[in-house]
Amino acid sequence: MSDLTRLTISQARAKLRGKEITATEITEAYLSAIDRANPALNAYVAVTGDRARAMAKASDARLVKGEGGALEGIPLGIKDLFGTEGVHTQAASHVLDGFKPRYESTVTANLWADGAVMLGKLNMDEFAMGSSNETSYYGPVINPWRRSRLDTVVMPTTHQGDGGFVSAGGTKTQRTLDNAQLVPGGSSGGSAAAVSAFLCAGATATDTGGSIRQPAAFTGTVGIKPTYGRCSRWGIVAFASSLDQAGPIARDVRDAAIMLKSMASVDPKDTTSVDRPVPDYEAAIGKPIKGMKVGIPKEYRVDGMPEEIEALWQKGIAWLRDAGAEIVDISLPHTKYALPAYYIVAPAEASSNLARYDGVRYGLRVPGKDIVEMYEKTRAAGFGREVKRRIMIGTYVLSAGYYDAYYLQAQKVRNLIKRDFENVFAAGVDVILTPATPSAAFGIADEDMAADPVKMYLNDIFTVTVNMAGLPGIAVPAGLDPKGLPLGLQLIGRPFEEETLFQTAAVIEKAAGTFQPDKWW
Amino acid sequence: MSVDVKTVKRVARLARIAVSEEDAERMTGELNAILGFVEQLNEVDVSGVEPMTSVTPMEMKKRQDVVTDGNKAADIVANAPATEENFFLVPKVVE
Repeated sequence: MSDLTRLTISQARAKLRGKEITATEITEAYLSAIDRANPALNAYVAVTGDRARAMAKASDARLVKGEGGALEGIPLGIKDLFGTEGVHTQAASHVLDGFKPRYESTVTANLWADGAVMLGKLNMDEFAMGSSNETSYYGPVINPWRRSRLDTVVMPTTHQGDGGFVSAGGTKTQRTLDNAQLVPGGSSGGSAAAVSAFLCAGATATDTGGSIRQPAAFTGTVGIKPTYGRCSRWGIVAFASSLDQAGPIARDVRDAAIMLKSMASVDPKDTTSVDRPVPDYEAAIGKPIKGMKVGIPKEYRVDGMPEEIEALWQKGIAWLRDAGAEIVDISLPHTKYALPAYYIVAPAEASSNLARYDGVRYGLRVPGKDIVEMYEKTRAAGFGREVKRRIMIGTYVLSAGYYDAYYLQAQKVRNLIKRDFENVFAAGVDVILTPATPSAAFGIADEDMAADPVKMYLNDIFTVTVNMAGLPGIAVPAGLDPKGLPLGLQLIGRPFEEETLFQTAAVIEKAAGTFQPDKWW
Repeated sequence: MSVDVKTVKRVARLARIAVSEEDAERMTGELNAILGFVEQLNEVDVSGVEPMTSVTPMEMKKRQDVVTDGNKAADIVANAPATEENFFLVPKVVE
């Protein structure tokens, strides 16, 4: 039997409906793949084997009767940020030790209602704060991709036995994998690594400043952050409420479209959930982009950007032009202020959201001589360095005397960033094409980034603008760099025009192909 | 603007995070690096610009004024480190 974990969601869906395979078989294939790979990759922080088998069995019963839902029998991984009833939900933090919610997040409830199977909870940066998945209490996730070099090797001349044939030597090209471990990006590093390494058919993820799109770009997977308000935030551990959005990471554009259709909904429990019907995203794939206006923002050409990123961007432009799109140069003048404004708005909201971790209602408690000391010791022990840093920044910028200078200024700049996008869309631009990240995946424990938090923050320079303006953005793999690592392009769309993103991303995917890592784990 | 060790300790107190002398010194450097980075926002002319209050222009949804949930005290305290008869237990706060 061929390896069932290699099937995309759309392929598995066809085989499950056609009764060529069962949900139990594909679930078992993933559970044993996780068993073998997780010690090396650390993508899962909890594997829910019993629940997966029970869900698969129920799926099989429905499939036999021809009653399967849109994701019937499809095994998925769930980022640890999503509340899953009775199952490990800790946002990869020590402060939430032992937390098992008594409720189910709306997004995951939607997936289970459509028949999906939960394999387990995926590793992430603590409270989704990070761009390398190194801030997790459970340790870093390892990227299934490694750098490689191409060598030309001379084949030896071999003689085989008496009167046997003689192999004439010659040369061939051989790819050698480097041993250095790379980060999968973050914060949804577990989601991206698990999808890329065939440890789930697709995964849920969340994106506050780039946490879906950056890890997708680092692992050769597709990740979409939908418009703010498209997926309910109910039951997802909050980081920065005005920026957080859930979305899928998947192996190809079609799978991402299938997953988003199930994840998105109108939810009365989230007051920012927008009352719009969820379209059939998959139907947008394959539609021609002839006549579509694609904007190329000059501000995304930043100093020190590696030439392979620029070359990739040019390739993307050429593919879309060849498909009949009209390419126009545009300007988004406030782009450079998006990241500094984000590092005021996001920590401010985080400091407020994370005030609830006080050792009283859930998770860790460290005793103290009085209640204040108990709070202070619990939070000191429970939060990691990056989380503390952001709570401190947020507390400072919101404190008396500084609110106007920092928070109010940042929220004004945020309106200017949004206005930049509104202006280009009003001028007829349908979609904006940019690189997804300023580099390929970097090494675990990178010294420069450890020494200067701002260096790590710069990873989100191309993605954070989209969160600040509440727009949809998709990262789609577009090629490999000279060291064999995947690179992605980003498409940004008008509010609630995710269909345009799937339609355009499918054109890039068709031209670029899909990318899988060489298995070393 | 930049912060000194004393300010960092005050902010840590506001955030209810215990910090050692060594933590406070390290954090001072890190916080100043971040504050230095965000300083560039001051060069933006924001005269006449309203601060953003909602990223999607929409009217705040209001719920029906009816009881739709409740009677689940046991669920609410289920994850607490210390409880007694559906109450959260904390160190003594009133003498």
